[in-house]
Amino acid sequence: MSTAAASDSDWKLPSPRKTGVICLLIAETALFSIFVVAYIYYIGRELNPPFPSEVLKLPILATICLLSSSGTIVMAEGALKKGAINGFRLWWGATIFLALVFLLFTAFEWRELIVEDGLYISTNVFGTTFYSLVGLHATHVVIGSLLLLSVLIFSFAGKLQKQHHEHVEMVSWYWHFVDAVWIVVFLVVYIIGR
Amino acid sequence: MQLSFLGVAIAFFSGGHLSAAQQTSDLPLRSFQNIFDPLSTPAKMIHESSLLVLIVSAVIFVVVSGLMAYAIWKFRARPGQDDKEPAQVYGSIQIEMAWAVIPIIITVLLILVTARSIGEIQNVEIPEDAERIRLVGHQWWWEVHYPEHGFVTANEIHVPVDEITHFELQSADVIHSFWVPQLAGKTDCIPNRTNETWIEPFETGIYLGNCAEYCGTQHAGMRLRVIVQSREAYDAWVANQKKPAVEDPTVAAGKLAFEKTSCVNCHRMDGTLAKGVFGPDLTHLASRQTIAAGEAPLNPESLREWLRDPQTMKPGALMPDMKLTPQEVNDIADYLMTLK
Amino acid sequence: MGEHASTATYRDVEPTVITRPGAEPGSRTRIFQDLVFTVDHKKLGLMYIGAGLIFFVVAGLMAAMIRMQLAIPNNTFLEPEVFNRFFTMHGTAMVFFVGMPIITGMANYLVPLMIGARDMAFPRLNAFGFWIFLFGALLMYFSYLGAPGLYGAGSAPDVGWFAYSPLTAQAFSRGHSTDYWILSLLLTGIGSITAAINIIATTFCFRCKGMTLGKMPLFVWLMIVVAFLILIALSPLSACQIMLLLDRFLGANFFDTQQGGSAVLWQHFFWIFGHPEVYILILPGFAVASEIIPVFSRKPIFGYPVMVAASVMIAFLSLGVWAHHMFAVGMTSMGNTFFATSTLLVAVPTGIKIFNWLGTMWGGQLRFEVPMLFCLAFLFQFLIAGLTGVMLAIAPFDWQLSDSYFVVAHFHYVLIGGLLFTIFAAVYYWYPKAFGRMLDKRMGLLHFWIFMIGFHLTFFPQHISGMLGMPRRYYTYDAGRGWDTWNLMSSIGVIFQAIGLSFFVFNLIWSYFKGAKAGDDPWDAWTLEWATSSPPAEYNFEKAPEVKSRRPLWDLKHPDDPDWKHE
Repeated sequence: MSTAAASDSDWKLPSPRKTGVICLLIAETALFSIFVVAYIYYIGRELNPPFPSEVLKLPILATICLLSSSGTIVMAEGALKKGAINGFRLWWGATIFLALVFLLFTAFEWRELIVEDGLYISTNVFGTTFYSLVGLHATHVVIGSLLLLSVLIFSFAGKLQKQHHEHVEMVSWYWHFVDAVWIVVFLVVYIIGR
Repeated sequence: MQLSFLGVAIAFFSGGHLSAAQQTSDLPLRSFQNIFDPLSTPAKMIHESSLLVLIVSAVIFVVVSGLMAYAIWKFRARPGQDDKEPAQVYGSIQIEMAWAVIPIIITVLLILVTARSIGEIQNVEIPEDAERIRLVGHQWWWEVHYPEHGFVTANEIHVPVDEITHFELQSADVIHSFWVPQLAGKTDCIPNRTNETWIEPFETGIYLGNCAEYCGTQHAGMRLRVIVQSREAYDAWVANQKKPAVEDPTVAAGKLAFEKTSCVNCHRMDGTLAKGVFGPDLTHLASRQTIAAGEAPLNPESLREWLRDPQTMKPGALMPDMKLTPQEVNDIADYLMTLK
Repeated sequence: MGEHASTATYRDVEPTVITRPGAEPGSRTRIFQDLVFTVDHKKLGLMYIGAGLIFFVVAGLMAAMIRMQLAIPNNTFLEPEVFNRFFTMHGTAMVFFVGMPIITGMANYLVPLMIGARDMAFPRLNAFGFWIFLFGALLMYFSYLGAPGLYGAGSAPDVGWFAYSPLTAQAFSRGHSTDYWILSLLLTGIGSITAAINIIATTFCFRCKGMTLGKMPLFVWLMIVVAFLILIALSPLSACQIMLLLDRFLGANFFDTQQGGSAVLWQHFFWIFGHPEVYILILPGFAVASEIIPVFSRKPIFGYPVMVAASVMIAFLSLGVWAHHMFAVGMTSMGNTFFATSTLLVAVPTGIKIFNWLGTMWGGQLRFEVPMLFCLAFLFQFLIAGLTGVMLAIAPFDWQLSDSYFVVAHFHYVLIGGLLFTIFAAVYYWYPKAFGRMLDKRMGLLHFWIFMIGFHLTFFPQHISGMLGMPRRYYTYDAGRGWDTWNLMSSIGVIFQAIGLSFFVFNLIWSYFKGAKAGDDPWDAWTLEWATSSPPAEYNFEKAPEVKSRRPLWDLKHPDDPDWKHE
């Protein structure tokens, strides 16, 4: 064990931020997987209506919004790397806006299901698995939006600099994860399960 | 009323009316349910497959703990060795291979034996004429249906010896588990699901069983008995169970009390007003050996104690204190004792 | 000072004392501030372990009362409701409030020291994890006061530590006792996941120069494996608990069998968590044994790469065996065969590890200090536990043995005979490092022998009562079933365990004040934690270490024959 006169440039270790967020995403994946498995298990096992094929409509617009928000967030990161704070704020704000539109679409969808179709979480196993899985995802969108909002506020307060690009990247990774989960939810709930 | 008098007379004179004591007094009580003393085909199949793993485990235990003991003795530090460290050995591929290959071979052997044993027991062909029983677990008693014979009893199951009896297992509330070790491995009774199991006992006797899945307060009080009898004795028992409840005018007071209090809401007595299904069927209560799922032997004293307040005998039982007067307790107990 | 203390030191200077603003150093306020606001991995580690040991005593007292009730047939010492709460709380507490925090505490304390780092990757997250764990644990015990249970005023959960549906449905579990079970574990689960994130980030990103992944101590390797298992396995528990909460409060139908829900689905989800959980619990025991056995055999661990590979394999396989807890639910023969097979397979890498420890001892110079004694007992007891596990893997045999006292015996052999004994070994081994004083050896020997006798006396007979048909979770049993003698023996063993543990607790406290002063390296060991003072300074190392092999201190003590020439 020598007393370190050698240079440390050849001792490269991964970034703790990235490692931490990857670990978090592994745990979140496990969490969502169980709800997805429950959903798949209960497909076709409803004892009473309403049934998915009757009441579910493809949320095309909502999906476009959410998936585009992954695009806008990439643009925002690019702007930050170049130091263009105004461009960053624009693209980042667009991401938040798209997220909120997605949530709005979800709210409308649920209102219709509850008020017009009479589907509650307690109605049958479809209601149970639908609201819990889509709701879990929506909760993550809400949390993600709050994270995005915090970053936007920091950027307006002048606290966000070019060197924080990795911090911002971690939020964007979380955001991409939420979008990826939506793709799975979309496939399982609206395509396979209907 | 005339019909029932006739029914009793016919039953009495046809010789189908054996008392519980006469039917089962000569049967050995098998309270020592040793899994290594199987008395039924599936239990025996389990026993055979277990012998292999027991021998393998014993050998591994002796060898490995022997080596440990040897190492502890041979390589203990002796005085004067303090200044020199022993040879630093970092590993050996050959040794690692050896002690990986041998366990893998043993494991593969165990896997094959296990697979075959599982199939043997689970995929058995149940013959067309096998006796069939539907067992429904309740908190904290067993509902026993004989669908082909058309009657229901509770907590005590009768089966013929040397024949396969098939069980359908269900539950009315939470998960229970049917376990009589000398007859078969356990299988759970799960609500909204029908499981199956089978036995083929080769010795008569009274086999004691227990619920084997925690189901609440009186999980420990959910005993059952499987009474394995000769074909003739079994047929006699079935014939008796199919009859409606005995009508004995000397206990009319008890019967009246039974019907007046809310007993009939929970209990069923075939041929009477009582049609409740929440509690055990009592049509032939006095033909059984115990009460309250094995809580006490069946006799007038224990019945009275139960009727006075079930909670003192079986705290948590779902039969509440019915607040009976001492007169009602005696009358109803006398009435129940006639229900052979 | 230990008999075999090394005389070499790695520090040129005495540790610098760091002062922070706050109350007067040494005052009670200061001590309180240091504990509540600390983010130091060592303090948090000790707090985790301390909390774990306190809950151990509480859960142990419940077990003692359980054994008192079961000492004789038809006993009336405990009412059934009380008994059922006791076994639920005992199991839940031992797994979540004793096992998990002690493991987290050990990892917290040792991992940064062993890799030459200054602290964990996320110190504040570390503190958060501890306090949310403590809150969750206290919430569970609060249920005794706060929850109107089925039986009137105040009751703790009584649904068993694995809380099968539909016993946990509103219909069968009235009141809030089950809700306390759910909420409390959701909180402690968050704590475990944050600890796992911290362990992985620390080990991947803060190793000192020269310490490649292949040069980390095995303890660190095993903690990484445990952390990955936590990330994958804890979330399924949280998921099914959220589902249960939705069932109970919003009328959801996940496990509601009247509405088409499935009771067995709970079991699948729970055991997808539950089985990896027991590997999460035992792997740190392996980690400790892999550090202590080499030092007291005076040889390096035999087959380091194989030990790493075997540990990873165990973790990986453990994710695919869960339904061996469900052999009696009526799965198809295909399903039963699959899980019997996967369970038998996991025995292979486990056995290999036992052989490697034996190979480490072979040809060594065994020093029977107290840590080593506990590790030797661990080897013997874990061998028994592993073999009864193999028996349980044989599905038909399991149809007899499951849900009986045989299983209770098996898992206590694993968790007490395996995990607790290695925890004791770890405490005797690293207490000198943490507190600068040796634990008294004579009290340690009394603790070891008396506790071991009690352990075997309590749990070995339970194999027998299980094989004679005694189901588990029975608040009482009938005489004449052949169970009486074994239960009585089992209960008498508690007395010995209690005496042994008293010596342990007394030793911990007495030695803090009166123990012989330990130097940096009382055991003449080889990993980096022994290269700094006892206790370590807050920043751990004056200068960041640089290593060339798996045993940096061996290299320093034996410059003529360093490890890196052979690795």
